[in-house]
Amino acid sequence: MTRRGLLLAAVGLGLLALVPPVAAAIGQPFYVDVFRRIMIFAIAAVSLDLILGYGGMVSFGHAAYLGVGAYAVGIPAYYGIENGFVQWPLAMLASAAAALVIGAISLRTSGVSFIMITLAFAQMLFYLAISMELFGGDDGMRLARRSAFAGVVDLKNGTTFYYVVLVLLVGALAIGHVLVNSRFGMVIRGAKSNESRMRAIGFSTFPYKLVAFMIAGAMCGLAGALLVNHTDYMSPAFMHWTRSGDIMFMVILGGMGTLSGPVLGAVVLRVLEDLLLPAWTEHWQAILGPFLVLVVIFAKRGLIGLLPERND
Amino acid sequence: MLLVLEQALNGVQFGVTLFLMAAGLTLVFGIMNLVNLAHGALYMMGAYLAATFFQRTGSFLLAVVLALAATLVIGVIVEVLALRTLYERDHLDQVLATFGLILFFNEMVAVVWGRAAIYTKLPPALAGHVELLPGLRYPLYRTVVIVVGLAVAVLLWVVVNRTRLGMLIRAGAANRTMVAALGVNIRLLYTLVFGLGAALAGLAGLMAGPIYAVQIGMGEQILIQVFVVIVIGGIGSIRGALVGALVVGMVDTLGRAFLRPMLAAVLGPGAADNAGPALASMLIYILMAAVLFFRPQGLFPTATAR
Repeated sequence: MTRRGLLLAAVGLGLLALVPPVAAAIGQPFYVDVFRRIMIFAIAAVSLDLILGYGGMVSFGHAAYLGVGAYAVGIPAYYGIENGFVQWPLAMLASAAAALVIGAISLRTSGVSFIMITLAFAQMLFYLAISMELFGGDDGMRLARRSAFAGVVDLKNGTTFYYVVLVLLVGALAIGHVLVNSRFGMVIRGAKSNESRMRAIGFSTFPYKLVAFMIAGAMCGLAGALLVNHTDYMSPAFMHWTRSGDIMFMVILGGMGTLSGPVLGAVVLRVLEDLLLPAWTEHWQAILGPFLVLVVIFAKRGLIGLLPERND
Repeated sequence: MLLVLEQALNGVQFGVTLFLMAAGLTLVFGIMNLVNLAHGALYMMGAYLAATFFQRTGSFLLAVVLALAATLVIGVIVEVLALRTLYERDHLDQVLATFGLILFFNEMVAVVWGRAAIYTKLPPALAGHVELLPGLRYPLYRTVVIVVGLAVAVLLWVVVNRTRLGMLIRAGAANRTMVAALGVNIRLLYTLVFGLGAALAGLAGLMAGPIYAVQIGMGEQILIQVFVVIVIGGIGSIRGALVGALVVGMVDTLGRAFLRPMLAAVLGPGAADNAGPALASMLIYILMAAVLFFRPQGLFPTATAR
């Protein structure tokens, strides 16, 4: 990342850090909730961008890990295990395991098959969640209590929870930054631009891609654990395929293959979907749809690409 | 035994519906190299339009003809306005843009028809049962769906393999630049193929309308199952689409009907009640994973599939 990129990211995250005091000052605590949700989706979008933007793996089933992460918090909670130090790592492990299985099968193919297969597996997990009557089936289930962290942090306090999410978002961006610029990241990016050439110079790309797929899955699983705590509810809807499309749109809208892009995309899309468009018309999706088409056709590099460029 | 036969016929009927969808999708992919998520939207439009036309005109046949023509026109409009610019783009762009089209179509349907599901009645002429075998009474309408679907499959085979249009379609799939260089209007051909695919999706939708509920989102539900069909059959292959559709239709229907009683015999009723429905709804995806494990290219890979 260039110095300018780093500066932009710092300004953006700084603005996000200011949301709770500003919301408190103008007497609208509602915005703390809105932006916490935005940042949770930003983590999911960053995780997708790691494989989509840098690795060229067009996974159309990324919401599956959001769901796995959520259920990995909700199911232990149902059985009385409310310790977040257990739940959250479990959410990441379970998502990584799901990504291992899905990736091991779907990465054997590429191109359009890969898109269809990742979508189909996400749909399979969606139906699995629906058929689990014990955990609410179709309707989902209330999370009785948010994850407890033995007094270290208290998620019941909305502002505390907000900063926990912010710290995790910064962590996700930092991990992404290190990964992308490491040798591992170079192999992934090389495999994206020319896989046969990577093989020719002696890299077996499959294990690299699979590990990247698992890291992205684990990161998105953490976002799922946050999301279930945010909504106090877990539901198969977390895994609905339109959710996968949503996350993918955030990445493209912001600018894929960059780290700040997905965050920016998450902010813009969620503000449009949650605040602006519904206030305007009930049928806002009829506007969002064509908007998406136009973004794809005309703004290939996303919002980040619209910023004036200097030297990178 | 009769119950098994009846469910098998249901499986064929579902498979035929899947095939009509898969054929259009795989043709469009094979020739234009376009992934079209909005294919399900055309299925939905077919169902809604036929239901409305049937209500207004009172003639089922007229409604079918009008709905087919309308979905064809909608398909052509969508192709000319939005999808034409996407042929040269990568699959990611196509997925996202057609995802946008789905949002648009679903919301427009909500604007015009409202969000509640529509249930259509069958015309009296198609409402009864027929005795296919001694003792096996099967709904006439579902029988008609099976016959129409298989007839379309044969017709499609004839068109693709025995006509000039089919020759151009196959040539376009093999090498579009060469076909264009030989003086064929490839743009027109693309629009035509897309319209044909749209009409097939519309046909699937309008026939499914009286069997299932006509509602928003019906297109996506079947679309994802159609993806499974195409992945199993091999992308770009019509023969693969037919085999894949029948296999998926059969496995899904029989799984839903018999998996729970079969599990109950092995595990006892309690466990079967929990695992049965879950496993039944996951069955086709497990099948897909198994096929891919052994044949990543699907059962009938085509040389041109990319």
